[in-house]
Amino acid sequence: MKYGYKGKGFADTKTTLGKEKLTELYYSMLRIRRIEEGVEAHYHEDEMKTPIHLVIGQEASCVGACAPLTKEDLVYASHRTHGVYLAKGGDLKAMLSEFFCRKNGCAGSRGGSMHLIDQSVGMAGSSAICGGNVPIVVGLALAAHVQGVKRVNMCTFGDGAAEEGVVWEAINFAALKKLPVIFFCENNFFSVFTPLYKRQPENVELWKKAEAFGAKSVVVDGSNVVDVYEAVAKAREGALNGDGPYFIESRVYRWRGHGGAGDDNSKGYRDPAELSDWKKVCPIESYFEFLKTNQLLSDADKEAMEKDIKAEFEEAYEFARNSPEPDESDLATHVYSERIQYEVKKDALGRSTH
Amino acid sequence: MPWAEALIRAQTRESVLSSEQGRVLSYVDALNEALSIAMEMDKKVIVLGQGVDDPAASFGVTKGLQEKFGGERVFDVPLSEEGMTGIITGAAVGGIRPVMTHNRPDFILLSMNQLVTHASKICYLDEGKNNVPFVIWAAIGRGWGSGAQHSQAIQGMLVGVPGLKVIMPSTPFDAKGMMLGAIADNNPVVIIEHRWLTRTKGVVPEGFYTVPFGKGVYRRRGTDVSIVGTSHILDLSIRAAEELEEEGISVEVVDLRSIKPLDEAIIMETVQKTGKLLVVDTGWERGGVCAEVGFVAAEKCFSALKAPVARVGLPDVPTPAGYKLEQLYYPNVETIKKAVKKMVN
Ligand SMILES: Cc1ncc(C[n+]2csc(CCOP(=O)(O)OP(=O)(O)O)c2C)c(N)n1
Ligand SMILES: [Mg+2]
Repeated sequence: MKYGYKGKGFADTKTTLGKEKLTELYYSMLRIRRIEEGVEAHYHEDEMKTPIHLVIGQEASCVGACAPLTKEDLVYASHRTHGVYLAKGGDLKAMLSEFFCRKNGCAGSRGGSMHLIDQSVGMAGSSAICGGNVPIVVGLALAAHVQGVKRVNMCTFGDGAAEEGVVWEAINFAALKKLPVIFFCENNFFSVFTPLYKRQPENVELWKKAEAFGAKSVVVDGSNVVDVYEAVAKAREGALNGDGPYFIESRVYRWRGHGGAGDDNSKGYRDPAELSDWKKVCPIESYFEFLKTNQLLSDADKEAMEKDIKAEFEEAYEFARNSPEPDESDLATHVYSERIQYEVKKDALGRSTH
Repeated sequence: MPWAEALIRAQTRESVLSSEQGRVLSYVDALNEALSIAMEMDKKVIVLGQGVDDPAASFGVTKGLQEKFGGERVFDVPLSEEGMTGIITGAAVGGIRPVMTHNRPDFILLSMNQLVTHASKICYLDEGKNNVPFVIWAAIGRGWGSGAQHSQAIQGMLVGVPGLKVIMPSTPFDAKGMMLGAIADNNPVVIIEHRWLTRTKGVVPEGFYTVPFGKGVYRRRGTDVSIVGTSHILDLSIRAAEELEEEGISVEVVDLRSIKPLDEAIIMETVQKTGKLLVVDTGWERGGVCAEVGFVAAEKCFSALKAPVARVGLPDVPTPAGYKLEQLYYPNVETIKKAVKKMVN
C-alpha cells in the first residue's frame, strides 16, 4: 500500500482549545459530510447540472484550515470548493442554488460548483484552473499590505496544482515581500486518476520544497482537525506579525472519485486497501471518539446535531430546487464593471481639466 | 452513463458520411488509430499528456497506446502546461516528434509563452536551422457547467500566429488523416477538437493516409447561401441546411478543415457561386475565425457579394455555467437557419 494513512490519529492529541471551539469543529465537519452526502444522493437525478468535486474524507482539512480565520481573512479556493466554502461560513442556500444553476445562486448561475463565492464571510472566490488561485491570493495579500489592512489571505489547492510553475512564482514573491499568505496545500496523493509518484519525484516533499522557497512550512495530518487547526492558527498569527508566508501541507485522502458522485475505485487506478486504511481514521468519527473520551461530547449531542443538519439541508435543498431560473437578461451582464473610478472634471468647453 | 457522455450521444448525428462505403469508425477510434499508426511507423513519435495512460485515456484517444508502445513513449505528465510545452519544443528541436494532449483548450492558455513566442518562432529565428515538429491536441468542452474556464474555444487567438498551424477536423476521416498529417508536418501544429464530435461515426480507411492542411472541402452543394466553417458547428450547419432545403433554400456547406493555413480559394469559389456568405465558428464571433474568413470575402471577392457577410459564433461574453444560460449562449440549428433566412430575404 503506497498511500496509506501515516498519521497517529488522536493518540497524542493535546489541545488548549476550549470545549466550545472543539464542538464547533465537530459540528462543522459533520455538517459538510452530511451536506455532501445529500448532494451526492441526488446527483444522479441530473437536476444539478454542474460538475461536483466532493471533499468527503477531507473534512478535517477544510475545517481546520478555515476555522482559525476571521470573516475578514480571505480564502480563495481551487476546483474542490464545497468544503472550504462551507467551513468558511458560506451560505448553504446560495451554494445549493448555484449547483442548481439558479438565478439566486452565489454566482448567479454563471459559476457552477467550481466558482463558489461569499464575500460576506471572506470566501473570496475560487478558480477551476489548477494553481490559478494561488498568485491571486498573493495579490490579495499585496493589496492588504499596500492599504495597511491586517488580514491573512489563504489559498487552498491540491498536490497536482503544486506542479504549476505559477505556484512557485507566487510563493517566491510572497516570501520576497513577506506577505501574509497561507498556502494551504491539500495533498491527497492524486490528480484525477494519476498518483503522485507519476508526477513528482518521490523523495521530494512539497512542504520542504516550499521551505526552500522561503515560506515557513509544516506538514499536518489532514485527518486530525486539531492538528490542522493549530498549525493554521499559528501560521495566521505569524503571518500577521510579519513572518511572511506560511505553507501548510495537509495530507488527506479523498474517499470519492475525482469528480461526480460515488467512489471510482473500480477503475483500478488506486489500491482499495488505501481507502479502507484511511476510512479507519475517519476524520469525523475518530474525532468524535476523542471528544467523547474527553467527555466533551456525548452520543445525544451528536444525535441532536444530526437532526439539525438534516433539517437545515432538506430545507435548503428544497429552497434551491424551487429557486428561479436565470433568463436572457442575465446572460450578458457583468462582462465589464460599469463603475467608473475617477470622475472626469470638464470645463465649459467639455475639455478634461486634469 | 456519465453526464458528458449522455449529452454528447444525444447531440451526435447518426450517420455522417453514411452514403459512402467502407469501414466505419468513431471519431475517437479514428484518432487512436492515427496515433498507433504513427508510432508504429516512426519510433521518434511519442505521446504524452495529463492522463494519457489513465482509465479515461484522453476520452479514449490514447487508449491502449502505453500497453502497445511502452511507458517510455507514452506517458502521463505533471500539471505543468507551460513547462511541458517548452519541453516538447526542445524535444522536437532535439529530433523527436511529440504529440501532447490537453483535456481542454483552456489549459493551452497556460502555455502561450512557449507555444506562441518560442515554438512558433524557432524555425524563423534560427533561419531554418531548427524546426519544431510537435502536435498539441485539445478538445473544446461544452455543457454541464463547463463554464467560463472549461469551455473556451481559443482558435481565434491562434489564427494570427505566424509559424503555427491550427487544424479543426469535423469528421472521423479527417480526424485520422489530419492527425497523421500533423505528425508528419515539421512545424508546431495545434489540433482543436470538440467534445461533441467524439462519438460521431464515419468511414475511415485503414492504414496511413494524410489529409492536407489548407484544403477545404464541400460537405454539401447549394446555390443560395454559403456556410463556411470548421468542426462541430458544421454538424449543426448541415442539419440547418437539410431543414432549409425543405423550405426551398439551397445551402452550400464548406468545411475549411484547417484555419491556418486557410483555404482562401474555396472561400472565393463558393462566394462567387452563391454571393452570400455566412461564416460559422464554435468560438467567439469577435476577432477570430469568423472575422478572418469574412475578411477574405471582403478583400478578395467583394464584387461577388450580394449581401453583407454574416456570422454565427459565440457572443462577446464568457461562457455561463448554468444550463439555462448555456442554452441561450450557444448557437444551435435554429440560430443558423435564422441567419441564413435573413440573408435570402
Ligand atoms: C491548469 C489545469 N490543468 C488541468 C486541469 C484539469 N484538472 C482539474 S482538477 C485536476 C486535478 C487536480 O489535482 P489536485 O490539484 O491534486 O487537486 P484534487 O483534485 O486532488 O483536490 C485536473 C488535472 C485544470 N483544471 N487546470
Ligand atoms: Mg490531489
